[in-house]
Amino acid sequence: MNAMSHVQSGNAYNFGFLDEYAKKEVRRAILKAIAIPGYQVPYASREMPMGRGFGTGGLQLTLSLIGPDEVAKVIDQGSDDSVNAVNLRQFIEMTCPGISTTTKTAECTLIQSRHRIPEQPLTSMQIIVLQVPYPDPLVVVEPSEDKRKTMHSEADYSRLLVKLYEDIVKFDEITISHRYPTRINGHYVIDPSPIPRWDVPKLNDSAAVILFGAGREKKIYAVPPHTKAEPLAFSDVPFQVEDFRDEKGRRRACARCGCTDAFLDEFVADSGGKTWQCSDSDWCDAQLLPAKRLQGEPA
Amino acid sequence: MSYVAIKGGGRAIAGAAAVTEYLRTAEGLDNDRAEPLEIDAILHQLRHLVDRVVSEGGVYHPKFAALAIKQSLGDTLEAAFALRAWRSTRPRLSATPPLDTTRMRLIRRISSAFKEIPGGQMLGPTPDYALRLLRLELMDESPDAFRAVARAWLDNCPDARLPDSFPKVLDALRAEGLLPPVTAARHQTAFDITREPLVFPLPRSAALATMARAETGSLLAIAYSNMRGYGDVHPTVAELRVGYLPVLLPHPVTGELTEAGEVLITECEVVAMYEAEENGGKPMFTIGYGACFGHNEVKAISMAILDRALQKGMQDGAANPSEDPEFVLLHVDGVDSMGFASHYKMPHYVTFQSDLDRLRTTQQKSGEPA
Repeated sequence: MNAMSHVQSGNAYNFGFLDEYAKKEVRRAILKAIAIPGYQVPYASREMPMGRGFGTGGLQLTLSLIGPDEVAKVIDQGSDDSVNAVNLRQFIEMTCPGISTTTKTAECTLIQSRHRIPEQPLTSMQIIVLQVPYPDPLVVVEPSEDKRKTMHSEADYSRLLVKLYEDIVKFDEITISHRYPTRINGHYVIDPSPIPRWDVPKLNDSAAVILFGAGREKKIYAVPPHTKAEPLAFSDVPFQVEDFRDEKGRRRACARCGCTDAFLDEFVADSGGKTWQCSDSDWCDAQLLPAKRLQGEPA
Repeated sequence: MSYVAIKGGGRAIAGAAAVTEYLRTAEGLDNDRAEPLEIDAILHQLRHLVDRVVSEGGVYHPKFAALAIKQSLGDTLEAAFALRAWRSTRPRLSATPPLDTTRMRLIRRISSAFKEIPGGQMLGPTPDYALRLLRLELMDESPDAFRAVARAWLDNCPDARLPDSFPKVLDALRAEGLLPPVTAARHQTAFDITREPLVFPLPRSAALATMARAETGSLLAIAYSNMRGYGDVHPTVAELRVGYLPVLLPHPVTGELTEAGEVLITECEVVAMYEAEENGGKPMFTIGYGACFGHNEVKAISMAILDRALQKGMQDGAANPSEDPEFVLLHVDGVDSMGFASHYKMPHYVTFQSDLDRLRTTQQKSGEPA
């Protein structure tokens, strides 16, 4: 595609903001990342006009992959309307004239997300790009990138496993709440970005391509479709997702849609009491529709 | 309740931009003579602010730097960030060969190593020996008097004939055999940090390029730790020069090197304690090098000290943070560090929910009898 034809007058920025050389480099890194599942490919991350840590890595992936027929969805904390999601979506709309955006998971071809994988299972026609603050799961046990590189290449994750073991000794529980270290295709362990443990099983045997972009740390990595993704655990201490049961052991339901099989956000209401709601706003809306129809309300 | 659950994130962003713009222009509320800051006024009267932003932005575009300063209300981190983001959309069309800094059009040049240096010391514009007393007369400066000052200064300037090039102090030391000779490495292709990721161990040119566009305060803090005792570079400033460096580019048709313009830079060369040659040769002084866009002396000196510290660390292993290439080079970029510090203000509901789950479960278990 000749990107020069997309230069906007008065804006002077290329289609997709980045120059074509930069996009090509990102795409090369993506191909390498897919070829070596879970391996962190270094790349020359460009500065974006939003803060490092706000999704510049994910955005570079999105802008390098996006084409004029794309239907993009941007979420942050599961919500399409979160300030950062709105900001990124507006930027994508501004720099990629002609593309469409949606809030519906089922309709999009490309999702950029921070901290969540949608509840609705993704398809082989979709790509999900996750924003990554810390690309390396070994950083909790080894600050030197040079040493971590060697540990990864030797698949030496013993110190991570020792950390998990020490957690069990100290707390009788593995204390890692999110960014749960996950072994991809039997070799590299990745930091799956700060998704909750709830979303980790969605990495395994995913139909969609899952891409990870760390802009500040300048790394790209991937979980290709239908690849094995196993959270680190012990045979006698299995991996566990977040527990949404109340004191009586009943699964809490979303206060809005009533759903009992989604990741919930906890709110402290003005009255001081607690309510629970779906974190994935599109999922919540989709559950709400049939519920309303059932009650005879207009949707 | 939260800014995710409520619809209207877009309105909130627009509102935040509008109130910031209100603050920028609020002087006009009750002052009919209020005027917007002219780009030229920033370029000239806030020149060190422009120098800093040009340097940290990593692109020599003083006018856009001034614009960035204006739109960020004088926040240097934000201004350098805006300039860098603009820069990252520009393709790399050409590369200069190594430029010869003896050919700089100097405005200032000093050496703290020798009283007299070939070509002479030239103090130039510096606050080094100024008394930092508030100049209260500037509180209400008359425009006419303001315009007269520079004219009067030029009129009274002696007609000095400056040579086209000044020799380097280091060359004199080198000729005496006190410094190692320049090796062929000088003409290697420089590492381009805008096109290649930093993978350690790095060539020295990658370290220098990273420091050249580093955030001034970050660089100074780490260099200062070395000066104070977390390190032992003990530098002597062999030469610090500030001036306009001619930029030579290959002509697009003939390939012949052609002067395309000039950039204001600061260059600092420090000499540090001597080391024994590895293969049993004579001991020699060691060198640290710093250079950056704009007139930023503290930055250039800090960079030179850290260059020396990093070379030492790469050779003997890092004994201090300032000698560790990863520690220094991955923590001095202003765009990276300010971005990440700011990102903590974003919603972290999901991860915090996950944290709550872990803590509650752990608390429950610790409450149980063993």
